[in-house]
Amino acid sequence: MAGKTLYDKLWDAHLVREQEDGSALIYIDRQLLHEVTSPQAFEGLRLAGRQPWRLDANLATPDHNVPTTAKERAIGVEGIEDPVSKIQVATLDENCDEFGILEFKMKDQRQGIVHVVGPEQGATLPGMTVVCGDSHTSTHGAFGALAHGIGTSEVEHVLATQCLIAKKMKNMLVRVDGELGPGVSAKDVVLAIIGEIGTAGGTGYAIEFGGSAIRSLSMEGRMTVCNMAIEAGARAGMVAVDQTTIDYVKGRPFAPAGESWARAVEAWADLHSDVDARFDEVVVLDAATIKPQVTWGTSPEMVLPVDARVPDPAQEVDATRRQGVERALAYMGLEANQPITDIKLDRVFIGSCTNARIEDLREAAAVVKGRKVAASLKQALVVPGSGLVKAQAEAEGLDRIFTEAGLEWREPGCSMCLAMNADKLGQGEHCASTSNRNFEGRQGFGGRTHLVSPAMAAAAAIAGHFVDVREMLNQG
Amino acid sequence: MKSFSQHRGVVAPLDRANVDTDMIIPKQFLKSIKRSGFGPNLFDELRYLDEGKPDQDCSGRPKNPDFVLNQPRYQNTSILLARKNFGCGSSREHAPWALDDFGIRAIIAPSFAEIFFNNCFKNGLLPIVLKESDVDVLFAEVGAQDGYELEVDLERQQVIKPDGAALGFEIDDFRKHCLLNGLDDIGLTLQHGEEIRAYEARRREQAPWLFGSR
Repeated sequence: MAGKTLYDKLWDAHLVREQEDGSALIYIDRQLLHEVTSPQAFEGLRLAGRQPWRLDANLATPDHNVPTTAKERAIGVEGIEDPVSKIQVATLDENCDEFGILEFKMKDQRQGIVHVVGPEQGATLPGMTVVCGDSHTSTHGAFGALAHGIGTSEVEHVLATQCLIAKKMKNMLVRVDGELGPGVSAKDVVLAIIGEIGTAGGTGYAIEFGGSAIRSLSMEGRMTVCNMAIEAGARAGMVAVDQTTIDYVKGRPFAPAGESWARAVEAWADLHSDVDARFDEVVVLDAATIKPQVTWGTSPEMVLPVDARVPDPAQEVDATRRQGVERALAYMGLEANQPITDIKLDRVFIGSCTNARIEDLREAAAVVKGRKVAASLKQALVVPGSGLVKAQAEAEGLDRIFTEAGLEWREPGCSMCLAMNADKLGQGEHCASTSNRNFEGRQGFGGRTHLVSPAMAAAAAIAGHFVDVREMLNQG
Repeated sequence: MKSFSQHRGVVAPLDRANVDTDMIIPKQFLKSIKRSGFGPNLFDELRYLDEGKPDQDCSGRPKNPDFVLNQPRYQNTSILLARKNFGCGSSREHAPWALDDFGIRAIIAPSFAEIFFNNCFKNGLLPIVLKESDVDVLFAEVGAQDGYELEVDLERQQVIKPDGAALGFEIDDFRKHCLLNGLDDIGLTLQHGEEIRAYEARRREQAPWLFGSR
């Protein structure tokens, strides 16, 4: 019998029962909650007269709607100028208070983007099942956890039963071998993977990311890669546990300590795929060939290296694909065969659950240090992923590097990734964004998003158009 | 939950791949704390020429005449015909809520994104996967005939065309059972409460650090 994959092990360890048709109940160790996808779930509990199954498995924080200006944030919920957003954030507070769920409220320094907060607190641990009403829950798979997004009905189901009705997915291994070049980051790796397998390439699979290039990434980098597994169609992405994982988790507020820590570390040693494990699909990339990536279209799979040219629809044989390219170019206001580096930018956004951790901010700061944002730019925002990331960055002086270069330093939240708060693109504006989705209208009505790494976004902010950050790093 | 057994209705063709949930229901409408009322904003950016705002009366807004659901022949659409990877992106259940509120009962596509696919079943909405070649034929037939209707029979797992030809589709037994009977998932799961408690007791022995960690 073949060995087990990491996903097989996580699945087996959480299986409560399985029916003949394969639908199963799996146990959920951690549910993260935010204000957008939870109100209807709490309302459902109330209407049915149900209570949460296990309070201590839940952790909440508002992130999608929260304003990022210091002025609005100083007052707390009452300071939110948008009345509809205010009701949603206030509703999360009321629900958490009523049911007794721990919440890091807006004025708590531990508040932030759920996918930054969970790992930062040690609320995400190796071997866990983690769910949240948010598709980027795949982020937490970086810890050797089974983590994926769910809908609001499922949020209610997990609150009420601590279980999820699920069916086992297939196994895919994405192996990135070799060493990444200087100026090439985890974001470039995952964009290159999505470019390779397509936005539906991982549908039906749990993806394990492996290979020497993945193993050499920090936890922040691994989170960036797993975060965008959903952009390749896979609900769950994961990375095996190693010393890097254990070093990151140790000492965090929710992590086990003392005798319990030693036992946990021993148990976590098994959280990797067996050498003889069978994968249904294996994809291999050579790290050395990955260049800084830029998306040019309206799906994350529409991505190219920075030195490439925008595609020509006339070269597309398949009619649906050709139409897709034509529509994307029209929406993005780009010409076929135009060099990527000719794309001029109106705004730059450094933030989101993909790239708002301390390492991301350090990479961006290293590029802008001693330089100035291009005068042609309307705005360049830096939005840290949590209050604690913000404090750490300020302790390191990163905030001053950004503001001296002409970027705005904001309060933590999802911000311009999906523009549910006031941070958004105007119609027709191009944005270099470290977020995860370049869908039509995602960052604002008629807005045009280009997904890039933090270093590439920083370089674009300086130049006013896309540039190969490796050239800028060479200039020192 | 609303049940689904049989449905016959007008089909509208949405001829683009990778329709994401941001497109189905843009973010500004997710600020609602209710499950209903999303229908007027379904496909908001494709359907209207202006920028939609929450809690706005949509009746006077300028409509995009090129968008399929605005065309007179598709006014009573209840079945959406779509391309591959329909519902990709965000996990927002507001997408199936908006489709349901608009009056869509079934969606036919060669493939769906998983979270969206799951979310449909929780709302009495039936996502049907057909072979790409069958979907191509349906696109051609819908385009060629005004008022083209299909019949969906969940019990027999068939989509029946106007000429009587039937296209079979697959569905998990459990999902089919729940949908046919309009069953509440949570109630069903709670029937296994003892098994969940037994699992918890075992797990607490093996991994005590996963409990009471606050």
